[in-house]
Amino acid sequence: MINLNIDGINVSVPKGSTILQAAKEVGINVPTLCYHPDQSVKANCRVCVCEVEGYGLLQAACSTPAAEGMLVKTRTPKVIEARKTILELILANHPQDCLNCARNLNCELQTLAEEYFIRDIPFELRTRGYEKDISTFSIVRDPDKCILCNRCIEVCSVTQSVYALGTENRGHNAIVVPTMGKSLLDSPCVMCGQCIHACPVGAITEYEQLDEFFAALNDPNQVVVTQIAPAVRVAIAEEIGMRSGELPMDVFVAGLRQVGFDYVLHTNFTADLTIMEEGHELLDRLNNNGTLPMVTSCSPGWINFCETFYPDLLDNLSTCKSPQQMFGSLAKTYWAEKMDIDPASIYSVSIMPCTAKKYEASRPEMQDSGYQDVDLVLTTREIGRLFRMSGINFKKLAGANFDSWMGAYTGAGVIFGATGGVMEAALRTVYEVVTETELEDVNFTAVRGMEGIKEAEVDLNGTVVKVAVAHGLSNARQMMEEVKAGESPYHFIEVMACPGGCIGGGGQPITKTNADREVRIEAIYVEDENCEIRKSHDNPEVKTIYEEFLIKPLGDKSHDLLHTHYKAKNKKYL
Amino acid sequence: MDYKAIIAKYRDTTGGILEAFNAVQKELSYLPEEVIAEAARIFNIPAAEAYGVATFYSMYSVEARGKNVIRICESAPCHIAGADEVIAALERELGILMGESTVDGLFALEFTECVGQCQATPVITINGEPFFDVTAAKVPGILAKFQK
Ligand code: SF4
Ligand code: SF4
Ligand code: SF4
Ligand code: FES
Ligand code: FES
Repeated sequence: MINLNIDGINVSVPKGSTILQAAKEVGINVPTLCYHPDQSVKANCRVCVCEVEGYGLLQAACSTPAAEGMLVKTRTPKVIEARKTILELILANHPQDCLNCARNLNCELQTLAEEYFIRDIPFELRTRGYEKDISTFSIVRDPDKCILCNRCIEVCSVTQSVYALGTENRGHNAIVVPTMGKSLLDSPCVMCGQCIHACPVGAITEYEQLDEFFAALNDPNQVVVTQIAPAVRVAIAEEIGMRSGELPMDVFVAGLRQVGFDYVLHTNFTADLTIMEEGHELLDRLNNNGTLPMVTSCSPGWINFCETFYPDLLDNLSTCKSPQQMFGSLAKTYWAEKMDIDPASIYSVSIMPCTAKKYEASRPEMQDSGYQDVDLVLTTREIGRLFRMSGINFKKLAGANFDSWMGAYTGAGVIFGATGGVMEAALRTVYEVVTETELEDVNFTAVRGMEGIKEAEVDLNGTVVKVAVAHGLSNARQMMEEVKAGESPYHFIEVMACPGGCIGGGGQPITKTNADREVRIEAIYVEDENCEIRKSHDNPEVKTIYEEFLIKPLGDKSHDLLHTHYKAKNKKYL
Repeated sequence: MDYKAIIAKYRDTTGGILEAFNAVQKELSYLPEEVIAEAARIFNIPAAEAYGVATFYSMYSVEARGKNVIRICESAPCHIAGADEVIAALERELGILMGESTVDGLFALEFTECVGQCQATPVITINGEPFFDVTAAKVPGILAKFQK
C-alpha cells in the first residue's frame, strides 16, 4: 500500500493507483474530461490538474501515480485558476450552443463550466466550422463540439474493434474523423452508438426523429402502433428521474398512450417468437448437418459487423430477423388482419435501445409485409424527451395494459435485453422441446453477467450442446476468428454488439461507466423472476399465432415473414 | 509506378510504414488513398490508423500536389528577412498561389515552420533540399534546376 496525503487527509491506496483514484477513496472529487473509468488514461485535457509538493508544475491527477509520502492539494486558488483557464481555452473553440444541444443538462463540459462558474471567456471565440455528418441516418457526428478527448476512438477500436474513427492532423489542427477522413457511412462504422456513450459532450448523438413521429400523429388516416423493446423498459426510468427498473411496466404503457400511440404492443412478444424460430433452426442445423456454430442475429450492430468484417461467414448467422423486424412484418399482416385494420394505414413505430435499429428498419429487404415493415425507430432517449415535454407525472399516472395479439410476453422475452438473455431463453425452450421434460430450474446463470465471453453446456437427451455468449464486438471478433479457423468448439453463439447487451445499446440513457449497465441487468433479471410465465413456448399469444397463422416454426409463412438473408458490405476501407 | 511493390519492400522493417510512405511520396509527391489502404493492409493496421499516420506528419500530403514540393519557411526570422518577397516571386514565376500546384504537376507551394537554418534566412526547401539566403532575384535560377 502507498500512503499519501490529499488536502490534509491521509489515504492508503494499492500500488499503481493514480492521484485521481486516491482522491476518490476519500471522497475528494477531482474534475475530469478525457478520463473515462473503463478506458485507458489519456491525459490530454489537463482539467484534472492538482498541486503536488516538490513539483513546480501542476500535475494531472488522472495520470500521476500516487507515491509514498506525496502531499497533494486539489483545490488551491492556483489549481482553480488553472482549471478555469483550461476550461476557457476549450470553450473558446466550442460552439456556445447548449440550449440547442442534445446533451444539454447531461454534458461533462457544461457541468464543469457551471461548477467553475465560467462567466465570460477572455479568449476570442473561434469554432472550427465543420459540417455535421448525418450520412448514416443513425449516428450523427458534430465535430465542431468535439473536445478531442479520444474516448470515442478508444471505444470504437478497443471495445468494438471496428476502427471507424481516428485522428487527422495533429496539434492545433487535430480532429477526430472516420476512416480516411470520409463520411461515417463510408467507414466501417456498424452504428452501434457506443461512441455516443463514450463522448463527454454532444459531439456524437443519435439521428433524432421525433418530428417524424409528430407528423404521423397529426395525420388522421394513420394508426400509430408501437412496440417496446425489453431493454427500453428498464432504462426509460432513468430518463424521467427514477432508477432503472423503477417505472412499472403498466405505467410506462399508460404514458405511451398519453403521448398519442393508438396501440401499444411489445417487442417481447416477437422475442418469444424469435426463440421459437431460432430454437427450431438450431435443432434443424444440429440434426441435418447445417452450418455450425449458428450465431444469433437479433443485434443489428452485430449484423453490420459480420457483413463488414466476416462476409465469408454469413451462413453461420441465424436467418431469423431481429424481434423488431419480426414485429414489423407481423404488425402489417397478422395483427392488421386480427384487428381488421387496413395495413396501409398502420404507422409502425418501434422504441429501441439501439441506434443500429434505425438503420436496420431502413434496409430495403425489410418490406416483407408489402409495406415498409417498421416505419420509424425512436431511441429510449428520444422517448425520454417525449415524456419530459409531455409533462406527465408518472408517480400519479394509473397503469394500463398492452393491447392484444402481440402484447403478451414471458420472462424469456424480458431477458433478451441483457447479454446472455437470448441464449438463456433459447436454452429454456430448446431443452424442453427436445427432452419433453420440464426444466427444474429455468435459470442458466452461467451465461449471465458482464464477463466478455461466457460459455455453457447443455445435455439434450445425450447430445451435449456447447454454447457461448459474447458481448462487445471485440469479443465477437474473437469468436469469429475461431470460427474462421475452423476451431470453434461451439454449436450456438449469442452475440450482442453492445457491452452488457441491449441494456447498454447506443440509444439508451447515457452511461458514464459499465457499472451503470450492471444496474440495468439486475433490473432485467428481477423482472424475469417476477414473470409468471418464463418460457417462450408457453406464451399464450405465441401459441395462438402458430395455431392460426404461422402453423409451425420454420414453416412457409415464417419463411416469408420472419426470416431474412445477409450480404457482404464490401466496404472500401477497413 | 507500382506503389504496391514499393510498400511491400518495407514489410519487415520496424516502423516500415513511414519509410514506405517516404518512398511512395518520392515518386508521387503525395499519398493517394489507395496507397494508405495498401499500407494498412501490409502493416496490418486499420485504415483509420494508417490515415492518422499519413496526416500526422507535415511532410506528407494526402492531397494530390505537384511533384516538386517547394516549402517556404514562415517562422519569424525568415519572415523578417523578407520571405514575403520570395513568396511573391515564387507565385509570380509559377502562376499559382501558396497551397496550390502547377497545372503541369511539376511544382507545389507550401508553408513550413522553421527548418533550423536561421543563419541564412530566408530559407526555402525543394523536395527537402534547403536553399539559403533566397531573394526574389534568385528564384528563377533555383526553379530552372527542376524544370526539366
Ligand atoms: S456539447 Fe455540452 S457544452 Fe457543448 S453545446 Fe452541447 S451541452 Fe453545451
Ligand atoms: S457507432 Fe459504433 S462503430 Fe460507429 S463510430 Fe461509433 S463506436 Fe464506432
Ligand atoms: S467526439 Fe466526443 S468522444 Fe470523440 S474525441 Fe470528440 S469529444 Fe471525445
Ligand atoms: S482528465 Fe486528466 S487530463 Fe483529462
Ligand atoms: S526561421 Fe526560417 S529557417 Fe529558421
